[in-house]
This record gives sequence, structure tokens and C-alpha cells, in this order.
Amino acid sequence: MKAYLIKYGEIGIKGKNRSMFEDTLARQVRQTLAGLGEGYTVSKERGRIYAYCPDDHDEDAVIDAMQHIFGIVGICPVKIYPCTDPETLRKDMCGYMDEVHPDFTGTFKVKAKRINKAYPMGSMDTDAYIGEAILEHCPGCRVDVHDPEVLLDIEIRDRVYAYSRVIPGPGGMPVGTNGKATLLLSGGIDSPVAGYMIGKRGVILDAVYFHAPPYTSERAKEKVVDLAKIIASYTGPIWLRIVNFTDMQLHIYDTCPHEELTIIMRRYMMRIAEHFAKEGESIGLITGESIGQVASQTMQSLLVTNDVCTLPVYRPLIGFDKSEIVDISKKIGAYETSILPYEDCCTIFVAKHPVTKPNLNIIRNSEMRLGKKMEELMQTAIDTAELVKVSGALGKSAGRRAYTR
Amino acid sequence: MRQIYFDNSATTAAYPEVRDIMGKLLCETYGNPSSMHAMGVDAERYVKEARRAIAATLRAGEKEIYFTSGGTESNNWALIGGAQANRRAGCRIVTSAMEHPSVSEPLAYLETQGFTVVRVGVEPDGRLRMDELGDALTADTCLVSVMIVNNEIGSVTEPAKIAAMIRDKAPRALFHADAVQAYGKMELVPKKAGIDLLSVSGHKIHGPKGIGFLYRREGVRILPYLYGGGQQDGMRSGTDNVPGIAGLGLAAQIVCGHLAENRAVLFLLTDHLREGLTALSAELQTEYAKIPGAEGIREPVILHGPGGTFRAPHIVSAAFPGVRSEVLLHSLEERGIYVSAGSACSTHKAHKSPTLLAMGVPFAEMESTVRFSFCETNTIGEIDEALSALRELLPRLIRYRAK
Repeated sequence: MKAYLIKYGEIGIKGKNRSMFEDTLARQVRQTLAGLGEGYTVSKERGRIYAYCPDDHDEDAVIDAMQHIFGIVGICPVKIYPCTDPETLRKDMCGYMDEVHPDFTGTFKVKAKRINKAYPMGSMDTDAYIGEAILEHCPGCRVDVHDPEVLLDIEIRDRVYAYSRVIPGPGGMPVGTNGKATLLLSGGIDSPVAGYMIGKRGVILDAVYFHAPPYTSERAKEKVVDLAKIIASYTGPIWLRIVNFTDMQLHIYDTCPHEELTIIMRRYMMRIAEHFAKEGESIGLITGESIGQVASQTMQSLLVTNDVCTLPVYRPLIGFDKSEIVDISKKIGAYETSILPYEDCCTIFVAKHPVTKPNLNIIRNSEMRLGKKMEELMQTAIDTAELVKVSGALGKSAGRRAYTR
Repeated sequence: MRQIYFDNSATTAAYPEVRDIMGKLLCETYGNPSSMHAMGVDAERYVKEARRAIAATLRAGEKEIYFTSGGTESNNWALIGGAQANRRAGCRIVTSAMEHPSVSEPLAYLETQGFTVVRVGVEPDGRLRMDELGDALTADTCLVSVMIVNNEIGSVTEPAKIAAMIRDKAPRALFHADAVQAYGKMELVPKKAGIDLLSVSGHKIHGPKGIGFLYRREGVRILPYLYGGGQQDGMRSGTDNVPGIAGLGLAAQIVCGHLAENRAVLFLLTDHLREGLTALSAELQTEYAKIPGAEGIREPVILHGPGGTFRAPHIVSAAFPGVRSEVLLHSLEERGIYVSAGSACSTHKAHKSPTLLAMGVPFAEMESTVRFSFCETNTIGEIDEALSALRELLPRLIRYRAK
């Protein structure tokens, strides 16, 4: 029989809240595995979570699914044997080595834990006994108690649980153990990563996307939905608002100095995002901004965009270089989708030399000129926004568009 | 919303007759023509009939028609199979600089296999430079590949003249013609025109997608490209796509049966659009003069491509300087009008059009090029609607752009 021991890091130290964290994680593992088929059971035992799998389960699928659950630090494939006597255990463990580490010649250590006190041999004695057996069974291997290549854990309970492999999980905290925040999602590389990083801290996500038809295409919108799907494969379903920003954008274009277009646009995006955030009971906004990356992300620009928000704005990438963001984007499987070449609404009318050090008072004055019409346009944009529930889908989406005749 | 479809060079709606026969062959007469029993024989009849009908449209022999999965496969097979079989003649391949990727890419592959590819340039109006072609042809040329109708701007080459030049200067070369945009739009008699290999696709002529054919003149040797069960005389293995073949046969028969009247309708349509665009250009000129930032645009609409006999009946390509083609495309789409962007550009990655590039069209103009392509069921009324949509959209779109 096969099971997975799920290791979780930080939630182990969370004092009185501990069981809440554990229950949430166990529930998420249970839900995720239920999606893979029947016959999976998940139980919380002695401060650990075990997932028991049917004999014919697809190991890669189970591991991939669990690597999408925040809060999991490691996934250990466990083999379970009946608990009988040391002689049988010896045979079983040699069999384990053959199966899991065939032709093993490296260094190892055995770490037994006898929990079932009816078992005749103590933990320390079992270490030595099984270690000796493996030394005999696998010629060429050595014991190293300090830094072994293979650490064989043996837990002797009503049955014997053996494991030696730890597959890294995503870390973080189970989604739902913290508040809810609204992500400003674009089609780029940064914002999906920002969503992932905040989601990883246990936060439930909603998202807002701004498009500008006919300047942006239906495919650009599909791309954003695909990105939301990738984030949702970690965080669970995301409610995505799709806001038509065209008329607001054109009004700014007509009324304000061109080099201020982007910064004013972003202030309105923040306002609309905050509107939907509050409506959906989010208690924060998330952006993919990083200091100095583009003109609208200098500290002066951030000050100006931040000015319109009353909710805290979380910017998890604030100190990251682009290459670091790209690395995470690739790791979470968003990169291929992010780089699909569709115009997004921040780039269409962009000035050649946008302001990089905007002055708050000047920008406020420019905005005054937008007048009551802007308020009406904003209300229309809010009223006509589409709402889509995006559920997670594993796997990457299509590549470059083909040439047509 | 009603749909006005002006993207018939991308693909066409299948004829209802094509749908009907394909449905029947998928669900009722679904035998494999290679089977020995009666169901196989029944299915085979449809394949034979399609082959006969198609051969008749080209005044060719039935044995000269091979069914493929479409234009891309026909082009790949003709070029790779032809160059390999005719390598003894030499390693030089001559083509044009405005070919479709399904020709230019296999030729780029052949370059990695030791062939030399010479790409003949085109005139600013998209016609092939015949003098340059003459200079490129040499005795050690093994293959010449030229499209008959250009897919982007609708310029027409003259295969018979090219064949004469080949006979004269490169007598051992095979002549392949990409007729994907030409078949069903003009009379084609490969034997008379001196064409050895000719590629055709089904879905451009109201037939199904995933089917096409390669005409191979009797006596011309090319190597097979797909090996397997030995179907189609061992030249193109794979179970016959009976519904596709029958659908293609029927579509070919219908479209070629109405060639003269279709051409007349299509020329009427494209003439009307060209005139309309020219008038629109003059009209917009005065209007643009009043729009800040647009005053400098002398010609608000620029028609691409040659006139007269060098113009295909169904394609109009035009640039709208100052308006990105993608934006215009989506704006027309909002009004139910479907066109294609001559060059799908974005700020991230330019997908440059090989033809416009070869014609030397400036980048700004290329970025604003839109293609309208027609079929015989389009109407003058639809074109007038498109023209008035453009009339309304362009002054607005020209105002809002990156400064």
C-alpha cells in the first residue's frame, strides 16, 4: 500500500491556531485528491497529514497536484508494511531499498521511531539492526549519520511506515488561513507572479483586468483568463472582473497631457480595483510593481498611484529584478503564457517620454480637468464589468499564433 | 449580428453540398477504400469520382492527382520530394521573395541539406521581377517554385512565361507552382503552362479543411514524403480521407464550373472596393488636415498591388497610415466585419509580412495594412457597409494613437 506523508513547515509553530491551519491544509489536500479520482483518504495523525492512495494511482499526478497546494513543504512517498517482527522488517526494508534506491552505493542513515510499544525492538536498536541489514544487502554503500544521501525514516506503529524521499512542495501557508485581496492582473509577467506570491501566504484572491477593445483583442483577454487559471491552480477559484477601460482611456487622452496618460490611467485602475475589492470584501490590493521597472513604477509614480487607495497595496515584487521575477514565472508555469504577444491596454497609447517623477499636485490638477464626465465613464465601466469565475487548470497553454494565408 | 466576411483568403465557408456529402461519407458510406469488401469498393467510388472531377478542372490525367492534407503538405512534398529526386540536375533552387511560409520554410530546410536557394525580388507593386528571374536561372537549377497568386496582395505571376524561361535557361529544373490562392479563381492548365507540380488546398475553395492535392505531371519524378500502407500508388501513404476527398472534389467541380461568372462577380466587388477606397482617401484627406497629429498624412488610404491583368480577382490590400491594422481589424469586427491584418504586429513581436517586406513597403505602412478577400457570395452592399464603417472609424482612430 502507498501513502504520502505531507510535511508542513511554518504552520507547525502556530501556537493555538495550529489545528485551524492543519485542518485547512488537510481539507485542501482532500479536495485536490478527490479531483484525481476515488479511493483517496486523507488523515491527520499525530501532527502529520497522510494521504493514502489507491494502488493504481498515478504518482506523478498526485505529486504535481500536491505541489500546487500552499502550506506543503515536502511530499514523502511512503511505503506501508504490516507490523510483525524485526526479522520481517529487515526483509521489508531490504525490499524497500531495492525498489526505491536500486543498486544503491551511496551513504545512508536509518532513523527508526517506535511508537507502538508492543513491538519487541526499541528505536535505537532498530536503527542499528536495519542499518546492518542494508549494509549487507547493498554492497558498496556506507553509513553516514551526519550528512547521509539517503535518510530512511521508519515509523513503527500499528503498521510500519517507511520513507526516504522528500519532494519539495511550494511552501507557504494554506489558502484561506489569511484574508482576501484583489489582484490587478495584466497580461504581463509580473502580476501573475505577484498573485502567486501573496496567494502563497494563505490569501484568497480576486482579480481585476482592464481591457480596451478594439485596441486590445479578444485573444489578449483570453490570455489573461489563462493566466488567472494558472494562478487559480494554486490558490483555488478566482473571481475575475473584466473592465472595459477604453472610453476612460480616450477621455484622458483627450483631456490630459500625453506624458501623464499612463500615470493617470493607473490611478483610475486603482480606484476601480478598490471599488471591486471592497465590494468583494477584500482587505488589500495586489500589484506586480517593482521599483524603477518602468516610468509608472518609480517611487514618485508609486506615491502618486498609491494616493488614491485607502486599502493597503501589497507589492510583493517591489525589490525584485526582472530576471528574478521571470524565474518565478517560469517555475509556476505562467511564463509561456505571459510572453504571448498581445497588446495590453497600458501600452497602446503610451507616450515616448512619460513622466518618471510625477508631482502629486500637478497630476491631481490634470485629473480635475476630466470633470464629471470621468465619473460617469467610471461608473459605466464598473456597471458593465464582466464577472468570470476562473478555476484552476494544470498544464500550459498554447504557444505562438500560426501564420494564416 | 449580421456577419460580413471579407477574409476568404484565410478560409471559406464550405458549400452545403460539400457538408452533405461529407456527412454521408462519415456516417453511412464510411468504408476504407483499401478494404476488399463491398463497403470499401463503395467508398473508393467517391475517391475515383473526385479524382476524375479534379483532373477535369485542370485538363489533366487522373493519375496526375494526389490527395494530401492540404496546401502546406502539397508544397512541402513537391519541394522536398522534387528537389531530392532531381538532385542530379544540380543543387540550385530558384524561388521568389514573396512566397508563403509553406514554401519558404521547406526551402530554408533544403538550404540546410546542401541546396542553394535564390530568392528573386519583386517590384514595388508586388509583381515578380522577371529579368531578375531570368538571371537567376542556370543550367544547374533543379527546382523553381513560384506562387501564382500572392496571398497577401493578390498579385499574379505568369507561369507560362516563367516555364518558357526555365525551358530556355534551366532545362533540367522542375517547375512547381503554388496555386493555393489561384485555383478556382483563374483558368489553370498546367500542361499548357508548363507546370510540373501544382499545389492546391481545399478550404480556400469552399471545400473542407485538412485536404488538398498535388498535381504531378506524368513523367515527373519526385520522392514520396510519407511512407506506409502504399496508398495512392505508394506515393502518398495513409488511409484515404474519403469525406475530405469527396468534399474537395465536389467543391472543385462547383467552383471551376462557375469560373467565368465568379471572376466577373469578384472583379466587380474588388473594383468597387478599390474605387471606394480611392474616393475615401480623397475625402479623408481634407478631414485629416483638421486633426492635430494627422495633418501630415497625405494619402489616408494606399492601395497595394498591381493593376490590370496582374491583379487577382478576389484580394484587395490597403494601408491606412497612422492606424494600426490590428486596431482597425478589431474595430471592424465590432461591427461584424471580418478582415485580416496584412501584418499582425504588436509592440512585442512583429510578425512581418514576407510579401510587403519584399515589396519594400515602409514599416509604418506595413503596420497599417489590411487585407480584404472575397468570395462570390459577397455583395456590393456589404462593401458599401464596410466603406461607410471605415469612413466613420478612421477619423476617430487616427486621433488616438501613441504620440
